[in-house]
Amino acid sequence: MSAYQGDFLKEVEARVEEGEWVKMCMQCGVCAGSCPFGPHWEHSPQKIFMMIRAGKREEVLTSDAMWMCTSCYNCVVRCPRKLPITQIMHGLATYAHRLGLAPKMQPTRRFSVTFWSNLTRTGRVNELKLVLQVYFRNGFAAGLKEFWNMRRVGLRLLAAKRMNPFELVFPHRCKDAKGIQRMLAKACEIENRKRGFSQ
Amino acid sequence: MKKEYAFYPGCSSQLRGSASNYLTSVNSMCQTLEVKMTPIPDWNCCGASIGYAGSGELARHVMNARNFALSEKHLPGQDVVATCAACWLGAKETKQKLDASRALMEDTNEALKEAGLRYEAKTEVRHMVEVLIEDIGYEEIRKHVVKPLEGIKFAGYVGCQTNRPFGIAGESFENPMYLDKLVETVGGEALVKYEQKVACCGGALAFSEPDKSQKQIKEIVEAAYDQGADMIVTPCPLCQANVEIYQAEINRKQGTKLDMPVMYYSQLLAVAYGAAPKQAGLDGHVIQPKKLQDIAVKVVPARK
Repeated sequence: MSAYQGDFLKEVEARVEEGEWVKMCMQCGVCAGSCPFGPHWEHSPQKIFMMIRAGKREEVLTSDAMWMCTSCYNCVVRCPRKLPITQIMHGLATYAHRLGLAPKMQPTRRFSVTFWSNLTRTGRVNELKLVLQVYFRNGFAAGLKEFWNMRRVGLRLLAAKRMNPFELVFPHRCKDAKGIQRMLAKACEIENRKRGFSQ
Repeated sequence: MKKEYAFYPGCSSQLRGSASNYLTSVNSMCQTLEVKMTPIPDWNCCGASIGYAGSGELARHVMNARNFALSEKHLPGQDVVATCAACWLGAKETKQKLDASRALMEDTNEALKEAGLRYEAKTEVRHMVEVLIEDIGYEEIRKHVVKPLEGIKFAGYVGCQTNRPFGIAGESFENPMYLDKLVETVGGEALVKYEQKVACCGGALAFSEPDKSQKQIKEIVEAAYDQGADMIVTPCPLCQANVEIYQAEINRKQGTKLDMPVMYYSQLLAVAYGAAPKQAGLDGHVIQPKKLQDIAVKVVPARK
């Protein structure tokens, strides 16, 4: 990693999805003004891109900004330079997470990881399990409290047949879940090799 | 002639899923329009837009490529049609990426081999709305209406991922008109001045950042009230779930009295085509779409 220390932009280009686009940003700020979560992040995409070029490695990778992306793609369609900003933000978030630099308790980081592991078990998302995993993420007591708060919503969804306890016992699953897992392991191996990550 | 498609319903729209009534209404609508939707055998999740931290890049593309490969194998020559905005976006993004990069295509097929599959890049992927507008057309959609949705005012909430970054051909990102046109085609009143049409509901962050997302949802619902809407209509299952379900939470926390039904475009078509409430998935709501139910139970004289 030390070979990259002086040149964070090159590191981003080599290791972050769509990272080669970062240098194309012309600092107009349209992305910052288009983000629905604008009031909530620490740095706008525009700032993040400039910080990358300025070599502010730690500030960028520990920022919570990338995790505030709702994937609305507003910035992408408005960017005059056509940067795939949403994908870059996801890519930066993923890279920060991979390096262990992303804020540990960042709720969207935790949700993203939970979501992926939930769906890769059977090849399909198990919504009910996902909800329970989210509610009980901070322990049993906190989970019960959250569960209690949301009980009316849950009961209504049960009544509307949009949630079903049956999914906990006999979930929807892909017949070839094993094949999917082998395929994903291979994809991970290839990506690690190409991007130069150690396993 | 019956049109045939390889159907990619997606995780939320399967039976017992949070958008199972979307599936019900799509099936009903397609039956009237003589569209045959055959589910892709053993389809898998697209990874959605929120799985990125766990997946990385290639794994996400491989998931989508598996669906394409299965579709090519079992339903050759048929376009893949997704009803979910995120499934459509994820699949389309993968297709664009793979079509543009031989290296990525090779990597993807190397991984797919582990599941005994190969992607040949023959398949197109489309959204159900594209099938309606482009393959069937507004005129044909109108022809089948037996119960025009007269007297119902709809705020057309297009949301994000059916609209950006790809969108529907010929529509603008800032003010797409197809949803309003669909509403008018089946006899409803489209509130074209609805200002939250392409706003974001928070998406998957409704889970991880509930307060921030609920602020968005509140604005989406209040803007519909401002226009005098009877209900909101959307093409996206996550928009539908977020905007409908969290109204009760917003009311609980902020003392508001939000009670705005949120429907799918397919339910509007199904009801207009004479489907019973259950066939149109009207029994799948936590906020009852009273005016639509009234029309759905109404008996109409046989068509001339």
